[in-house]
Amino acid sequence: MYVAVKGGEKAISAAHELLAKVRRGDTREAELSVKQVEQQLPLAVARVMTEGAVYDPELAALAIKQSAGDLVEAIFLLRAYKTTLNRFGICEPINTEAMQIERRISATYKDLPGGQVLGPTFDYTHRLLDFSLMAEGEFSDPSDEAENLTAVPESVSKVLEILEREKLMASEMDHQHQPTDITRDPITYPADRSARLQSLVQGDEGFLLALGYSTQRGYGRNHPFAGEIRIGEVEVSIVPEELGFEIEIGAVQVTECEMVNGFTRHRDGEVKFTRGYGVGFGQCERKAMAMALVDRSLQAADYDEEVVSPAQQEEFVLSHCDNVEAAGFVSHLKLPHYVDFQSELELLRRIRAAEQSDSAKETN
Amino acid sequence: MNPQTIREGYNFAYLDEQTKRMIRRALLKAVAIPGYQVPFGGREMPMPYGWGTGGMQVTAAVIGQTDCLKVIDQGADDTTNAVSIRAFFRDLTGVKTTERTEEATLIQTRHRIPEKPLQAGQVLVYQVPIPEPLRFIEPSEVETRKMHALEDYGVMHIKLYEDIAQFGHIATAYAYPVLVNGRYVMDPSPIPKFDNPKMDNSPALQLFGAGREKRIYAIPPYTDVKSLDFEDHPFEVQKWEQCCAICGSAESFLDEVIMDDQGTHEFICSDTDYCRERMENLEVTV
Repeated sequence: MYVAVKGGEKAISAAHELLAKVRRGDTREAELSVKQVEQQLPLAVARVMTEGAVYDPELAALAIKQSAGDLVEAIFLLRAYKTTLNRFGICEPINTEAMQIERRISATYKDLPGGQVLGPTFDYTHRLLDFSLMAEGEFSDPSDEAENLTAVPESVSKVLEILEREKLMASEMDHQHQPTDITRDPITYPADRSARLQSLVQGDEGFLLALGYSTQRGYGRNHPFAGEIRIGEVEVSIVPEELGFEIEIGAVQVTECEMVNGFTRHRDGEVKFTRGYGVGFGQCERKAMAMALVDRSLQAADYDEEVVSPAQQEEFVLSHCDNVEAAGFVSHLKLPHYVDFQSELELLRRIRAAEQSDSAKETN
Repeated sequence: MNPQTIREGYNFAYLDEQTKRMIRRALLKAVAIPGYQVPFGGREMPMPYGWGTGGMQVTAAVIGQTDCLKVIDQGADDTTNAVSIRAFFRDLTGVKTTERTEEATLIQTRHRIPEKPLQAGQVLVYQVPIPEPLRFIEPSEVETRKMHALEDYGVMHIKLYEDIAQFGHIATAYAYPVLVNGRYVMDPSPIPKFDNPKMDNSPALQLFGAGREKRIYAIPPYTDVKSLDFEDHPFEVQKWEQCCAICGSAESFLDEVIMDDQGTHEFICSDTDYCRERMENLEVTV
């Protein structure tokens, strides 16, 4: 008589076996290796590292394989793993001016010191499906000319600093405060800039893209120019307390976007451009640009701009940009809610019964 | 407990000791200020947000080797999420688990309080989705924190009054707001209001963890917990005309079960342990 509505351990483990089967696909095809994912899906790896907040291409590739290509799930796996890691130190700020440039462009100057370096980019490709990729063929390395065109050995100065030197650009000030750590202290509002940037860098690319886009369509316009986008490796170093001097512990590939935004009169009385900042691990240009747009729109209060649009509302943006949080809470609707639903059912029936008896009285 | 049963490569109860200490400090503050939401450095857990990560972090912070753990969801020990969380802690602590309310020293719950009255020494850990009772009236955290600080709860009473004006009833059937220790308005998590009276002056310690929202709050044992109401519209709990189709209880919270495509339904206890024990006692009597 009792319909089996409650699942158990057996059902769960069976579901996991089925998932493993779906992940593996047709066993006549060779299994995808983690190394292949790492090497051949580097942009997926970059997104998972950025939003998963761990720089480890191999683990990110593993997460992508394990999640059967669901990147939000892969991000979640990496975050959950991050929780278990010890923190043994805080690195020095990375110096992106000293970046080993792989790509560097500016939309504000036709030519500039260091030049425009396109590097590996989808820009200017024609979005035509390349059927030659369906056939597994020999891959030919880039020509010497291509390699030479992208070789930029020396450090390249930053576009926004050129504007700063001319006093045309708001300066980024180091306030010498210890940055907030949002993984240790939950964000409080109003958030300081460090908390905001940390939150945005881990934030969902799609969400930030839509918000950034909305500012371009008039919801909190901030007149952006892509002042500079650069991609390349930067050194990571730490200063161990017992040594007292900096030692290099490795290098990470990052994408950085500095947006030049509409000018305004600043608190010091001068009229200057404003700016937005975006950064992420690996090659993640769309994310870095979206982040920079949103970083700028969230500075509305600093420039006495009227806060009227979603992208300008700090609490709205920061408390909804994390896809691990968002996906978790949306997916929890799949969990049983019998009790709450029962409570609503009971209440609705009672209200309807009361109303029916009232209207019955009126008819009499 | 048997240390061999802990999954290799992980600390006891998953979280590292420093994180547990941080959570315990937040818990101590929460106990000292009943009903006040303490922000804490919530961690990512290997389960998704919304699936009980707050409750799990609290459980992980307070669980010890001699504890006996019970996990329920919708009152039942055999719902999938309860099974999964219980298995998680069994794997990562090796502690004893139980389905019997009276045997448990630590109970993690989603959406229910067990029917059997809790005892002194027991700890009830609630999974909380939205810790802020004022959230649906005021979306801004800046504003709601101010409202709590100033005890500015007028809007909540207005909301309840508007319900009465519109529906003739307070239209909140679960997550029904309570006033804790005469000071803080608190969200009891989405338990049915049927369970609200069980919170009042309970001998057990009640801890609440909201993982995604990164808040912890608590009700120490023997604390006044009053469901908000009006003199002419006193708080009342749900009642059913039916009894449990299995054990015949007329006192417990009942889940509705649809039996066929015509929508025929029966009612059964939501608290599976309570229902099972009543059945065992009935069999003994017979």
